[in-house]
Amino acid sequence: MDYYLSEELREIRDLCAQIADEVVRPAREDLDRENRFPTEIMRVFAESDLFRIYIPEEHDGLGLGVLALCVATEEISKVCGGVAVCYAANALGAMPILLSGNEEQKKRYLPLLASGEKLAAFGLTEPDAGSDAGAIKTMAIRDEKDGSYVLNGTKQWITNGGEAGIYTVIAVTDPSRGTRGASAFIVEDGTPGFSYGKKEDKMGIRASATRELVFEDCRVPAENLIGKEGMGFIIAMKTLDHSRPGVAAQAVGIAQGALDEALRYASQRKQFGQRIDSFQGIQFMLADMATQVEAARALAYSAARMIDAGARRFEKESAMAKVFASDVAMRVTTDAVQILGGYGYMREYPVEKMMRDAKITQIYEGTNQIQRSVIATALIRETAARGR
Amino acid sequence: MRIVVAMKQVPDTTDVRIDEERGTLVREGVPAIMNPFDAYALEEGLRWRDALGWPVIALTMGPPQAMEMLREAVSIGADEALLLSDRAFAGADTWATAHTIASAVEKLGDVAMVLTGKQAIDGDTAQTGPGIAAALDWPQLTFVGRVSEVAGDHVTVERYVEGGCEVLRCPLPALLTILKDANVPRMPSIRGKMKARKMEIPVWGLEELGLEEGEVGLEGSPTRVVRIRTPEMRGGGEIHEGEPEELARLLADRLLGEREPS
Repeated sequence: MDYYLSEELREIRDLCAQIADEVVRPAREDLDRENRFPTEIMRVFAESDLFRIYIPEEHDGLGLGVLALCVATEEISKVCGGVAVCYAANALGAMPILLSGNEEQKKRYLPLLASGEKLAAFGLTEPDAGSDAGAIKTMAIRDEKDGSYVLNGTKQWITNGGEAGIYTVIAVTDPSRGTRGASAFIVEDGTPGFSYGKKEDKMGIRASATRELVFEDCRVPAENLIGKEGMGFIIAMKTLDHSRPGVAAQAVGIAQGALDEALRYASQRKQFGQRIDSFQGIQFMLADMATQVEAARALAYSAARMIDAGARRFEKESAMAKVFASDVAMRVTTDAVQILGGYGYMREYPVEKMMRDAKITQIYEGTNQIQRSVIATALIRETAARGR
Repeated sequence: MRIVVAMKQVPDTTDVRIDEERGTLVREGVPAIMNPFDAYALEEGLRWRDALGWPVIALTMGPPQAMEMLREAVSIGADEALLLSDRAFAGADTWATAHTIASAVEKLGDVAMVLTGKQAIDGDTAQTGPGIAAALDWPQLTFVGRVSEVAGDHVTVERYVEGGCEVLRCPLPALLTILKDANVPRMPSIRGKMKARKMEIPVWGLEELGLEEGEVGLEGSPTRVVRIRTPEMRGGGEIHEGEPEELARLLADRLLGEREPS
């Protein structure tokens, strides 16, 4: 389907496709097997300006918004969902500064992220606070002497943990106020008291680094507080509303990559003396896969366009894009493995990796069950507003 | 000081058709790309640009559509581009091409190095680079696998020759033909693509270069291609399997049989 992307977006799409094909494709199998972070590929992304896409022009970015980020993420995901999340997680880490940071913070950090000199990561999840993000226990106690904050606690499963230079972390400043007692902070790698836990051994997206962030009397200067005290939870939710179309785009990319592999295989594989794409059973599967991928893409792009157009509320659409695209990615990659049959189950062919990579898109940045709650809450609120 | 990278747009296949009557390659209907070897010359130019601040000019002689390749060079990082294009340039051999490019380098002035790929994948002559050096009366360093130093007035390179490596130091200006061992070409960037899309690339023809028709194009080409053809495919070999003794006998019988047909 033609989405009539602007010339700039088409250029970004073509460039990302070229980089994915020439740089990511030859490396993806080793990165997956060895659980290795693609430092060299991140450098290529940086030199090609991919980290500038979503950062405003006044901070050395290109100011092209969420749709451009989605287009880039999708192209990289077609080849490797793991490398794609290393890339996209930067936008997630940068988003709190972009959306709620003050001018000083933007001036200081955004150019470093735009150039790719530093990677970013977002720290919200904790061992006992996953879907229930309000249950975070990491504390940030204000030191009345100089206004600095002392952080204690552990963040879990943080994408780009240990690889990023700049972390946006949500911590509790006032435990008596519940979700209104959380605040957002910028913590730089190397800050005394800030260390990393073990690197997780994951089912999929194995090129990405997933680590614990450990804070032990980690002192963060007052100027690193994003927004005001108590805004942490709102900043986190706004960040996720903006980043979910990116997860949807990652899911669309993974699904498209698997569909392309299935199409190629079905046109070459012969059984009963014929190409298997001549069998209606396979044809119907391919047709359904392609239709689902296109629908997911349309939803992801529409949500992204809505954000870029300046919509005031879009958590419902953002959640719809994420939940639909990630469910599609899981189904389509599973069907791709089915079409490749025994070969599909083997590591030698890329579709089993795509199926492993797809699974996380149903889980992270808010499980699909949480997304459905977000959608339902919005529906009920909208209905109530209409009834008034 | 500046660096000129002389490049060529070539058909995207080694399986290109041949016009036997005209003795030239048929380019119609074949997608055109940047000569892959020239990508290494461009990267080498960009590396030394990054180190020394000397701007890189991507230059080619060709039809108007060669502009696309120059835009690609700009998207990868070339600071400027220049197209040499004129109906009179058509049908040039390597001598006329080198002469035309050398005239442009002279007109540009202040050029410290001209870099080219080791050869183009269509004609495969590897003559145009050295020809440019000859026309400019500059020293030439061919088959450069590593450029180890570029100083204000000289360059040090490793030249990969059969059986070894020559380390040469040469005064500037000079012409270098670059091997793919020299570097890994960088990818285009988004900013580069945006710049390339908007850039006005100058086109120089006969008039701008101050050349006469007799010294360029087919007229200015001393080489005449007498005949050009695709070689006949060799017949396929035979593969036999079995015990060494048995195979030796089979081979001996065949050889003797062919020598003394009975």
